[in-house]
Amino acid sequence: MAYITCSHLTLGYDGKTVASDLNFKVEQGDYLCIVGENGTGKSTLIKTLLGLQEKISGEMLMGDGLNPYEIGYLPQQTAVQKDFPATVWEIVLSGTLSGCGRKPFYGKAEKNLAEETMKKLGIWDLRKKCYRYLSGGQQQRALLARALCAARRVLLLDEPVAGLDPKVTTEFYQITKMLHTEGIAIIMVSHDVQAVNFAAHILHIQQENSFYGTKEEYLESDYRKLFTMQRGIES
Amino acid sequence: MDRLFHEFLFYMQYPFVRYALIVGVLTALCSSLLGVTLVLKRFSFIGDGLSHVAFGALAISTIFKLANSTLLIMPVTVIAAIFLLRTGQHTRIKGDAAIAMLSVGALAVGYLVLHLFSTSANISGDVCSTLFGSTSILTLTKNEVALCIVMSVCVILFYILFYNRIFAVTFDEDFTKATGKNAELYNLLIAVVTAVIIVLSMNLVGSLLISALIIFPALSAMRVVISFKGVVICSAILSVAGALTGILLSILFSTPTGATIVATDILLFFLSCLIGKIT
Repeated sequence: MAYITCSHLTLGYDGKTVASDLNFKVEQGDYLCIVGENGTGKSTLIKTLLGLQEKISGEMLMGDGLNPYEIGYLPQQTAVQKDFPATVWEIVLSGTLSGCGRKPFYGKAEKNLAEETMKKLGIWDLRKKCYRYLSGGQQQRALLARALCAARRVLLLDEPVAGLDPKVTTEFYQITKMLHTEGIAIIMVSHDVQAVNFAAHILHIQQENSFYGTKEEYLESDYRKLFTMQRGIES
Repeated sequence: MDRLFHEFLFYMQYPFVRYALIVGVLTALCSSLLGVTLVLKRFSFIGDGLSHVAFGALAISTIFKLANSTLLIMPVTVIAAIFLLRTGQHTRIKGDAAIAMLSVGALAVGYLVLHLFSTSANISGDVCSTLFGSTSILTLTKNEVALCIVMSVCVILFYILFYNRIFAVTFDEDFTKATGKNAELYNLLIAVVTAVIIVLSMNLVGSLLISALIIFPALSAMRVVISFKGVVICSAILSVAGALTGILLSILFSTPTGATIVATDILLFFLSCLIGKIT
């Protein structure tokens, strides 16, 4: 059984359908890239996967030991965070909150987990720095560390390289690749054409007739042309 | 200076001065704690809106000559707080408009009601003292002080026990929800505690100036400190210092208490800006 299995999933909000009949799954060690135009339901899919929003119809099953709310989430930056006074340490540690249960404070285990994760992502030296003074790439690493503290099996990355320069973007993809080879399943939502290269499976969302298949199938399909063409026009 | 000090000792003999200082320090401490969260969540105006609602409730309780007006003001303000944070969650603009609407609406209705039904000879004086808290802090009874102490201890305990969760929902609500934590519940608790603090601080600075007590210390602290914990602690210190200085100055120079406290907070804010620029 896969971590996440979606069949005939229809998404929307306020009773309005944005994408229908989505069929895909995320297995252990998978790397799924979700692409699609703006307004086709990428964000709605993210919210539904995270359990922040109800689906309209269809099935979304969690299995293989994955429980609801066990997806590590790397959100897009909000306006609030741009000038937020918090150290990297405080932010990463807040990811371990889900493991605290009803305990009001962080224990030794939570602090060790945060330290270990930060060392792995190379941001341990930044722990006392203020989040808002970090570069875009460093901020993403801090949020990635937080997501890893919250979940160990699946990571959901929402447009993680938006606004990063090409060098930092490549670095970020390398980190994701490293985590992927360690056995963490990656779900990446992206506008970046480059992102597709690292993926094993692609989900191209459209209002109807969404595509789901391996990267190889995708590269040969018409969807790919459509996607690069749109990117080409926009960039 | 020596003369002022003696005058200070002289005033300290009176219980009403001691009460004012106790209530002042506690409400300043509580409001600064929640202030950091409200400012960062872009809810600075909630304090303003709620204080006007509290004013409206106070006006109504005056007409009915309720013995303990807090019993009416507290629930009304808490309900308004829940309502405001609820609408604010979905769309920012709606929340904004809701606050503005509630704020001026309650102010107008409160004044109107007072004007129509009040038996007092000096309505303008009554209204002025509720809005600007000119003397109320110096006329506190023992019961009011006790109530304030109990409430403040509750607020501080709540803040300490929920500190990590408050940080999480302030920094990133969606992430907190995605890890299965009940972010809505934390928001609700924050709203309720905010309402409690506002009702408490009405005594201190009056309902028009409460926002200042909530936002100034937080904004000042953010200029000089970079960690969340540091901002919370610094804002608490600044707020208590501002309240103490303000109350003492107002007693020594017979100025309106609320306005003097806020003026001190403004001064502290500019000082913090300066320190922040230099470092």
